Amino acid sequence: MLHIIAFYLFAALVIASGAMTILSRNPVHSVLWLILAFFNAAGLMVLVGAEFIAMLLVIVYVGAVAVLFLFVVMMLNIDFAELRAGFVKNAPLGVVIALVLVCELVLGLGAYRAGIIELGTPSGEVLLGQTNIAQIGELLYGRYLFLFESAGIILLVAMIGAIVLTHREQRSARGHQNIAKQNARRPEEATELKQPVSGQGVEL
Amino acid sequence: MIGIEHYIVVSSILFVLGVLGIFLNRKNIIVILMAIELILLSVNINLVAFSAFLGDLTGQIFAMFVLTVAAGEAAIGLAILVIYFRSRGTIAVDDVNRMKG
Repeated sequence: MLHIIAFYLFAALVIASGAMTILSRNPVHSVLWLILAFFNAAGLMVLVGAEFIAMLLVIVYVGAVAVLFLFVVMMLNIDFAELRAGFVKNAPLGVVIALVLVCELVLGLGAYRAGIIELGTPSGEVLLGQTNIAQIGELLYGRYLFLFESAGIILLVAMIGAIVLTHREQRSARGHQNIAKQNARRPEEATELKQPVSGQGVEL
Repeated sequence: MIGIEHYIVVSSILFVLGVLGIFLNRKNIIVILMAIELILLSVNINLVAFSAFLGDLTGQIFAMFVLTVAAGEAAIGLAILVIYFRSRGTIAVDDVNRMKG
């Protein structure tokens, strides 16, 4: 009984906060609703026993991605009222596409109820008496080791890309010391001997 | 009793909301990125639900990789957004025409 109540609570909240994410006027509010949606999705995942993914969702999304969004929204000084201008104009097309998607999904669910397609057999890897994290660890560092490492490479590339894209050269007013130029300088080109005639001065 | 259908319904509603968000906020690329995150979240819910109900952990591993790609995508997308805002002073995606595409 309790888990049915919990499921409907999490499901209703995740849908409501997803709707508020795309509908709210202020992007800061959008980010906050997105955080609520992620929390409730994590709750949905805990309900089916996938604690590790749920915790990962909270850590990665709420701790990193949502904070990144908040930073960007607050750092850039954007006229959001102007960006809202096309909202009503774009609404009919968006609603039509959403309706088409809903029809397809309803069709899919109806087809599922009409008769079950054999979706492959469970591989039965869920070992009893082991926690979710231990099982995921065994799979991740065993069969999926190379995928795991390539995921790490993807993250590294994303990190370097983001840094390269947003990095700006610091230009100080004094300019920088150029050691090669300094070493290449010779006395012959730096100084010049003149013998001025008295009373006429020197032209530089 | 909660079955896999309930999870599929929730995740498909979330997916449709994400697609709707892309079309409603055509000008605001930040909200478009958030809508993409919603779509990826619905995919993750689907993967985890199938993984749990089939008793096969592969779905959860896949959900982790989706999470990785989503994090990288958000970082790169926001970086591009920041440099675009620096050079143009606006983030209206309607008049992005620097590459004349």
